[in-house]
Amino acid sequence: MPNSFRVIVVDLSRKRSSLEYFDTRDQWLGGSGLAAGLFRHFGLLREGPFHPDQPLIFAIGPLTGYFPLMSKTVLGFMSPYTCQFTESHAGGRSALALKFAGYDALVIKGRAENPVCLGLGSQQIHIQDAHFLRGMDIYSTGRHLRSLKPRDPGHRSILRIGPAGENLVSYACINVDTYRHFGRMGGGAAMGAKNLKGIILSGDGHLDLDPGMTKQYNRIYDEIYSTVVQSGAMRKYHDLGTAENLIPLNELKALPWRNMQSTHDPDVEAVSGERFARDHLLRQVACAGCPVGCIHIGLLRERFGEEHEFLYRQVSYDYEPIFAMGTMLGITSVPEVLTLLEDVDRLGLDVISAGGALAWATEALDKGIITREEALARLEFGDLQAYREGLEHIAHQSNAFYRALAQGTLVAAKEYGGEDFACVLGQEMAGYATGENYFVGQALGFRHSHLDTGAYGYDQQDNARDVQGAIDFLQEQESYRVLMSSMCGCLFGRKAYPRETILRALNSLGYDYDQESLRETVENIKCLRWALKFETGFQPEEVRIPSRFLETETWKGGIDADYLHRLRSEYQKVLKRMAASCRDETGE
Amino acid sequence: MKLLRATRMERCTGCYSCSLACARIVYKSLSWKRAGIRIRSSGGISTGFEATVCLGCDPAPCAQACPTGALRQRPGGGVFFKEKRCIHCGECARACPVGAIYFDPVRQTPVLCLHCGKCVSYCPHECLEMVDSSKEEKDAQ
Repeated sequence: MPNSFRVIVVDLSRKRSSLEYFDTRDQWLGGSGLAAGLFRHFGLLREGPFHPDQPLIFAIGPLTGYFPLMSKTVLGFMSPYTCQFTESHAGGRSALALKFAGYDALVIKGRAENPVCLGLGSQQIHIQDAHFLRGMDIYSTGRHLRSLKPRDPGHRSILRIGPAGENLVSYACINVDTYRHFGRMGGGAAMGAKNLKGIILSGDGHLDLDPGMTKQYNRIYDEIYSTVVQSGAMRKYHDLGTAENLIPLNELKALPWRNMQSTHDPDVEAVSGERFARDHLLRQVACAGCPVGCIHIGLLRERFGEEHEFLYRQVSYDYEPIFAMGTMLGITSVPEVLTLLEDVDRLGLDVISAGGALAWATEALDKGIITREEALARLEFGDLQAYREGLEHIAHQSNAFYRALAQGTLVAAKEYGGEDFACVLGQEMAGYATGENYFVGQALGFRHSHLDTGAYGYDQQDNARDVQGAIDFLQEQESYRVLMSSMCGCLFGRKAYPRETILRALNSLGYDYDQESLRETVENIKCLRWALKFETGFQPEEVRIPSRFLETETWKGGIDADYLHRLRSEYQKVLKRMAASCRDETGE
Repeated sequence: MKLLRATRMERCTGCYSCSLACARIVYKSLSWKRAGIRIRSSGGISTGFEATVCLGCDPAPCAQACPTGALRQRPGGGVFFKEKRCIHCGECARACPVGAIYFDPVRQTPVLCLHCGKCVSYCPHECLEMVDSSKEEKDAQ
């Protein structure tokens, strides 16, 4: 196996590219580790997210394409939301396309003068004029990009931004192959700042398998494949999908409703995963290389004429989007949720942050903190039309209020008031009002994502108010997730990929890690990521946990504020120690 | 003789497991292209997926176009391929009426479905099946 990473570096300012090699496989592994390592090399740690030479780093892992569910691409970048180093992950086809094109990572720096589309294949690089796509939404952009190079239908991945990204909304996303996203932390704005409207990755090359390895490799492949497909370990992701969580979380009093004024509502069945599947599920699709097929596509039928004239739209849904555009906004009809999800996608916004922002703005308007003139739309929980308008206002930053809101709920709250009810934990909360551990876990998560540590799982254990127990859980989860994200595996595949299986998969391809060296490498990557986050401005004391979180009621009763503060304070120390240990090692 | 048929492609989720299995097991490669069955969307993922795969012609235009007999007619449809007889001209790929032969620009050999059926078990939704060609003929009559 090659020990060096093959990295294609494209400079949009100079319209030049270079192929670079990094002999750091042992330290960086791939994916998360590779993105962090490359950010250490290419990133401008003291410059803002929109500096032209701030890199966008798309990285894949050593198992990408070789094994099922190894289907994610990790994007490492300076977040326009936090102005700190961060990561975002996306499925779709981009991981396999990069792999088959022969690259471990794509680094994009510089800024084009006018909107461009980058086309990349194994033997081709095109920086193509795309000025005619300026301001165009995600769907129209996708349609037009299909006619640009490389033309390789079915074996390429198309990434693009919408108006939100072009307008530098801090939580604009990057759409991948229509139904997947680099959703959180503002990757879309980072792309927009580069005048990069789209990226086409063509998986037009081939890799020969090492004849000496194929027997063992095929055996392990089949073992993992059968765990995934035959054991039923991942069936729930295909069946109802993540949307199956709506009812259980509501029953737990852990599903945020109406800006988390409540964590339970009798109307949940109207937007449950069961209801979506029964009445609106059109079909499921898959990320390339994953037999699970967890992407649920809902059918939205729309009457557009007096007579029987209909059009239809295909909208992907999941638990988090239903929470963000449904329960958080008090929308309790499936077609209405799908309508908002379609709008969010079309504009190129991160759905969770957009939902959190509008939910807060609704309460702010109700409390008189902002005026009707500032809100422009008549924001009211349950009002579909008002939220459709609100989303447009965010994406286009229609006035001073929406310019602030487009930078994040807390930015607007700091300016207008109402910080106490902003549902923000580093960024707008994901849909888990499960308790203290989750609130601290997201607030102090590396990318402020529910997926950093899955702390909602610890909240559901017995005796979950144990500071040391919680810290051990968070640390252990983070280590495993850093390993999985360095392989670029989907986190839904956790059951198919215990640590030993990952190690055997690596060994079957000729990577000679053992359990101990792999663990040590992962710990170093963890520390490197935290060091980069601290060096780019992260101060854990400054991350607020607004009082709305302390007023929340779950199945365990009220929040134990004392426990939350103790956990938060102890966890901050752990993070600082990790970051410092990395700085020590690099001698900085 | 049995032929591979992509009979239920409307069920396809686009996971590429069949195509990757063919590349891995038959062509000893990691590739979307170097596979006898190739999956593609047409006009984006919202339009669904299509399989490009040998239809098992008899007589097979690719075998007729092959100047050296590297591709020979398989009884019941499809072809056999003998690599050592191939002069890498690419006529077979040009002759296939449905574009099912990918002419590998690196190995300079045709990549096509051999109707071995290895891909079938990797499809999680039974889009693919092996069908007896004589039975198919009878059904058609």
